Amino acid sequence: MKTILGYLRPHAPRVAVGVTVKFSAAVLELLLPLLLAHIIDGCVPARDLPGVFRAGGWMLVMAFGAALCNITANRMAAWVSMDVTRQLRRDLYRRTLFLSQAQMDRFSVSSIVSRLTNDTYNVHQMFDKIQRGGIRAPMLVLGGMVLTFLQAPPLALVQLAVCSATFFAICWVTRRGIPRYARAQEAVDTVVRIIRENAAGVRVVKALSCQGRERDRFAAASQAAKEAEETAGSVMAAANPLSDFLLNLGLVLVVLAGAALVNRGWMSSGQIVAFLSYFTIIQTATLGLAKLFVKYSKGVASARRIEEVLLAPEDQQVRPAGEAQGPELGMRDVSFSYLGVEKDLDSASFSIRKGETLGILGPTGAGKTTLVSLLLRLYDADGGVVWLGGRDVSTLSREALQGRFGAVFQNEALLNDSVYENISFLRNLPREEVAAAAKTAQAWDFIQQLSGGLDARLDIRGANLSGGQRQRLLIARALAAKPGILILDSADSALDYRTAAALHAALRRDFPGVTLAVISERVASLRDADRILVLEEGVITAQGTHRELLETCSRYRRMAELQMGGPA
Amino acid sequence: MKKHIFVRLLRFLRPYGLRFLFLLTLLLAGNLLSLAAPLLSGRAVDAVGIRARGVDFSGVFWNCAGMLGCYALSSLVSYWVSSRLIRTAQAVSHDLRGAAFDHMSELPVDYFDTHPAGDLISRVCYDVDTVNATLSTDLLQLGTSVFTVAGSFLMLLLLSPRLTLVFLVTVPLSAALTRFQMRRIHPLFRLRSKELGALNAFAEERMGCRKSIRTYGVEEADLGLFDQRNDAASKAYYDADRASAALGPSVNFINNLSLAAVSVFGALLYLGGGLSLGSLSSFVLYSRKFSGPIREAANLLAELQASAAAAERVLDLLDQEPEAADTAGARPVEHVQGDIRFDHVTFGYDPARPVLRDFTAHIPAGSLAAVVGPTGAGKTTLVSLLLRFYRPQRGTITMDGVPLDAYSRDGLRRRLALVLQDTWLFGGTIAENIAYGAPGASREQIVEAAKAARIHRFVSSLPQGYDTVLTCEGISKGQKQLLAIARCLLTDADVVILDEATSNVDTETEGEISLAMERLRQGRTCFVIAHRLATIRGADRILVLDQGGAAEQGTHQELLAAGGVYAQLYAAQFQT
Repeated sequence: MKTILGYLRPHAPRVAVGVTVKFSAAVLELLLPLLLAHIIDGCVPARDLPGVFRAGGWMLVMAFGAALCNITANRMAAWVSMDVTRQLRRDLYRRTLFLSQAQMDRFSVSSIVSRLTNDTYNVHQMFDKIQRGGIRAPMLVLGGMVLTFLQAPPLALVQLAVCSATFFAICWVTRRGIPRYARAQEAVDTVVRIIRENAAGVRVVKALSCQGRERDRFAAASQAAKEAEETAGSVMAAANPLSDFLLNLGLVLVVLAGAALVNRGWMSSGQIVAFLSYFTIIQTATLGLAKLFVKYSKGVASARRIEEVLLAPEDQQVRPAGEAQGPELGMRDVSFSYLGVEKDLDSASFSIRKGETLGILGPTGAGKTTLVSLLLRLYDADGGVVWLGGRDVSTLSREALQGRFGAVFQNEALLNDSVYENISFLRNLPREEVAAAAKTAQAWDFIQQLSGGLDARLDIRGANLSGGQRQRLLIARALAAKPGILILDSADSALDYRTAAALHAALRRDFPGVTLAVISERVASLRDADRILVLEEGVITAQGTHRELLETCSRYRRMAELQMGGPA
Repeated sequence: MKKHIFVRLLRFLRPYGLRFLFLLTLLLAGNLLSLAAPLLSGRAVDAVGIRARGVDFSGVFWNCAGMLGCYALSSLVSYWVSSRLIRTAQAVSHDLRGAAFDHMSELPVDYFDTHPAGDLISRVCYDVDTVNATLSTDLLQLGTSVFTVAGSFLMLLLLSPRLTLVFLVTVPLSAALTRFQMRRIHPLFRLRSKELGALNAFAEERMGCRKSIRTYGVEEADLGLFDQRNDAASKAYYDADRASAALGPSVNFINNLSLAAVSVFGALLYLGGGLSLGSLSSFVLYSRKFSGPIREAANLLAELQASAAAAERVLDLLDQEPEAADTAGARPVEHVQGDIRFDHVTFGYDPARPVLRDFTAHIPAGSLAAVVGPTGAGKTTLVSLLLRFYRPQRGTITMDGVPLDAYSRDGLRRRLALVLQDTWLFGGTIAENIAYGAPGASREQIVEAAKAARIHRFVSSLPQGYDTVLTCEGISKGQKQLLAIARCLLTDADVVILDEATSNVDTETEGEISLAMERLRQGRTCFVIAHRLATIRGADRILVLDQGGAAEQGTHQELLAAGGVYAQLYAAQFQT
């Protein structure tokens, strides 16, 4: 909660002013009944007509002042909570962008999306409601207390005890409510996940006509969310009746204590009556508080979830650059495991020089993508050294990595934006460069056929393009900034052979000096590589050129034969 | 003009109408109990008396006990009511969420191509939640306020009908003022919900390309774009808040105004002899009773507005046109032969730019048809048409001689087994994912399918094996494809469609699963799209798509001999 409260600090003066204005409004509103009493009890029996009008006029002024103060205070409160939330959401998004892949895997995308949206909203509500509704009640309670102390100190002690008990009771309830709301938010994560899955997988769901099962799945998640909210709500629902009861208990105690005091002649029963009426003021003040407590505990639960992300440690430290220069691209004894159970990559060693091409081949699940992820430092190796551009990747900061690579990943989605923006990808590249990249990526022909060309807008995830077209846009994106190192993870899987061949030819023509790492299931795409790695279950079982591997690696030979319909 | 939002929402409230009413009545009863307490406290004070040593302690005790009882009971009732009300409101939210999702699942596929998931999430989560807050607390408060105000008003009318005339001015005035403001504010709240949805949509989309953002080091630029949306959403939020900030206070102002008017006019009436002092003071007391509940209710107005805007977004989702319903008399499909004909089919996502032009082809029952062609030639579109995701603009597609439209949609889809280019897994266990198309498959069958799809080894290597919960991110595309094939192997469909089913699977594994695929194809019509020509060499018929039409048809040998597009594509495989 501390971190989140820190966001309020710059707004402290504004909050202070806002609270004061709100306070003034409450005072003005409290003065109204006094004037009323003055008219009824003072002016009327005295037949003081001008007095009536005067008091009435004052009431008008005060009512107007109260309204003005309330409006101003509400606006100030709204502004503060808006600005705090805006900053918070911005920082949360920023932190999310810089989370390591491992941290992201742990949080899960759905949960992050839910934190960015639902949780920031809850925090917003909390700040807003506390500023608006949290002033009047405590003020009335304190004011009432002061008045009663002046009236009858012994009875006020009873009241003090009761008010403290109420305070602790509410704290107790809220403390029990917060973790339950946290659980409710987790349940919402699941709801978010299922909606995301269904939006992304709509074609498969429909093709398998499994809408019914998806509905059941959603209903179950929604039911879980409902139950979690109910549990939390039921706990919080106790806050108001409990505090009501305690305050009322106070009334009873006041009467009892008052009776004893009157019996000893220490006070009059009239004082008890006056006292009781003050007590009632305090009670009415707590009328709208129940909702406040709910907003508060919900807000705190969400604030903690946001803090969890904000305070996630930087787990990929940049080590000081060492002397040792390594190969342009390579690994030495690199091991890595996602879950820490089985080695997804085991003692991998290889290297290529600048301008060379690395090919990676291997059965599904052999660790090809893992290897590439380590090269790009999406994950840190458990052991060994990874070189990129001649330097140990763990000494490369994000800035140092920037602009030097182009990469096509398997599961990346296109943006719901223009073709240009999808290729330029936030780098503000000149249109000629984007066009040139599209040409190399064999995407230019179809881009020209789109209405609007480079400015044509893509649907969500590029749904208005074919699989191969989407893939070529991703390749164009990777090429657009003329990277020195290019990594293509199964970038040609949806391309026909003719297009794939044209792509590889264009790459060689337009990017003569590029260092290339290519994962492909196709031997044809790899055969010109300077070094081909054959991966099996996380181990590099063979490496060499196409020709060497044909001779030494039976597996490679088999693949080549299978694909090319005969010994090549 | 659309019906009022409340009327549209009514169908979700109606099932709980009686419950709401019951709870409200109970709540009022509880309030009456707490009103009885002051009576007892009065008696207790009477029992205290005015003299020292003259206190009637037993009277005090009994009355205090009575007070305590009343308060305890009223607190209990109020707790019970509000926790019940939370349940009821949650039940409504649950229904609303369910209805929204159910409807979502009936929407045509292209809805999801143009409506971001983040916005849908925002509707189903945030908007429903906003409505829920209103139902669970605001409604309650509003209900009690209305009752208190109505009750007090009745008392006022009895005390002095003439003085009540004041309210005939102020009540309509505040109603008009509120209405005027609401009309101005409503679009702002609508915008606020919309902007929030857009922000969510952006964030959701960007989470899907984090790797690219990171690789290209464009975090700051991306943050800049996020800022724009965040600022816009925050501004919309504030604008709505700012505009509605006057809502509560202005109602309150008129309320206070009437208080002033009542006291002044009351005083005048009294001075003119038209009212007794006692009546005047009671009248004023009762009008003061107004102000508390009215203040609370007035403060709720802004939230009601937010809820209305939110409810509107949920209901708008429900108003979206679903996929065309089955035609009357659509035949349920138990079994099809799998004789597929495309008859002069023309189709384009944008009708002005047809992807398929006058496409004609016949795939006899039980045959293996392969579709090849350059990317973007319309291969996947053929599959989408077969699945009835879209309807051709011209021409017909028939299955066993019957137009596709004449079948029940889900029935037809169930007869097709597919592995699509878009591999997709949901966040359940691996076993659930494999058994997705065949609920009720036993664990043995699942394992057998996984073995046949050559994914068993990988699954067994996971700590939790088949019970590993999948996330979309943690598994390679090739593995996804193998799981999809395993899923396909478990179905009992009559037509098998493989759209680039093994594009990310290595050749060796592909060879290993070919036996399983062979078995899958047996006795079924099979429709294969593949780039790897080795995969389709054995097809009975190869359709070569180019520029939206069938450029060539024939067997591998025939097409090679013809020396056309196919021959070129085939040759490309061996060139580098």
